Amino acid sequence: MAKVFIYPTNSLILSDLVERFGHTPLAMMEKIHEKISTVGVDSPPMNITPEDPKHGLKYAAVEVPAGVRGRMALVGPMIDNAEAAIIVSESVAAFGCMGCARTNELTKFLIRKRDVPILELTYPRTEDEGHDFVYKIAEFLKSLPKKEAEA
Amino acid sequence: MAENAEDNLTKIVVIDSESVLPSDAAMQIYASETDITIKETCFGTMVTGPREAVERVVEEVRSLDRNHIFVKERGFKPGDERRCRASRGGGPRPGFHYLRQEVQMLPTIGQALDDYEKGKEIEKPKSIGKLSVSKLKEISESEL
Repeated sequence: MAKVFIYPTNSLILSDLVERFGHTPLAMMEKIHEKISTVGVDSPPMNITPEDPKHGLKYAAVEVPAGVRGRMALVGPMIDNAEAAIIVSESVAAFGCMGCARTNELTKFLIRKRDVPILELTYPRTEDEGHDFVYKIAEFLKSLPKKEAEA
Repeated sequence: MAENAEDNLTKIVVIDSESVLPSDAAMQIYASETDITIKETCFGTMVTGPREAVERVVEEVRSLDRNHIFVKERGFKPGDERRCRASRGGGPRPGFHYLRQEVQMLPTIGQALDDYEKGKEIEKPKSIGKLSVSKLKEISESEL
């Protein structure tokens, strides 16, 4: 069972497909759950502690906006833990919690730098592309080792 | 809640099936004798409770129509005042638009999963490529 980083990090389809084919998705929802379950981080609407931008310094320089560093404090550890990745670019809905273009660029850059199997796709726009999309992801996930090799 | 929060889990079950209605899934969940909370939504249900129970119930629901029921984890539990519309003065909750966008793709994804299971070959899709600059120039000049 490999830990598969997904981009967009909050995608229902990618998260479901990864789990369906027997792997563990590394998704934003899980990190958010961890974050908000931590005692002391429950003052609405703030879910980020002052410490998070400091943790983000590992991934982004101090000159970049604090929002990027705050996001990277969540996304960065997922990239570090990834054993494989699926990147879907040109998503029509890269807004909301996925809406920081600088974070998105940095996320894709960092995962591409990791020496792990990566599947890169574009967001499907037609039915045929949708079929191709699922087939490629399924084949990719089946090619990953089911059990983590012991170091 | 905080003391055993790490054992709890919330999952969104999105149903895009011709044979299973969201209410069928809800009934299946109600019928399971576990200590979980569910909330029916426009897209399906949200299930909250101890990790093991939620995973088991979600798997039972998914087995109703495997390729047309989709599941993802959710960070916040239903009714959490940091996300709930009731305490935020209405409007869609954060994350709703992305989910709505993805739900539009689910019939295609479900069909593709059916075909993949059957081992059906697919034809190479004709990609709608981006318009090249030279082509755009040609079009703009032809209109002049």
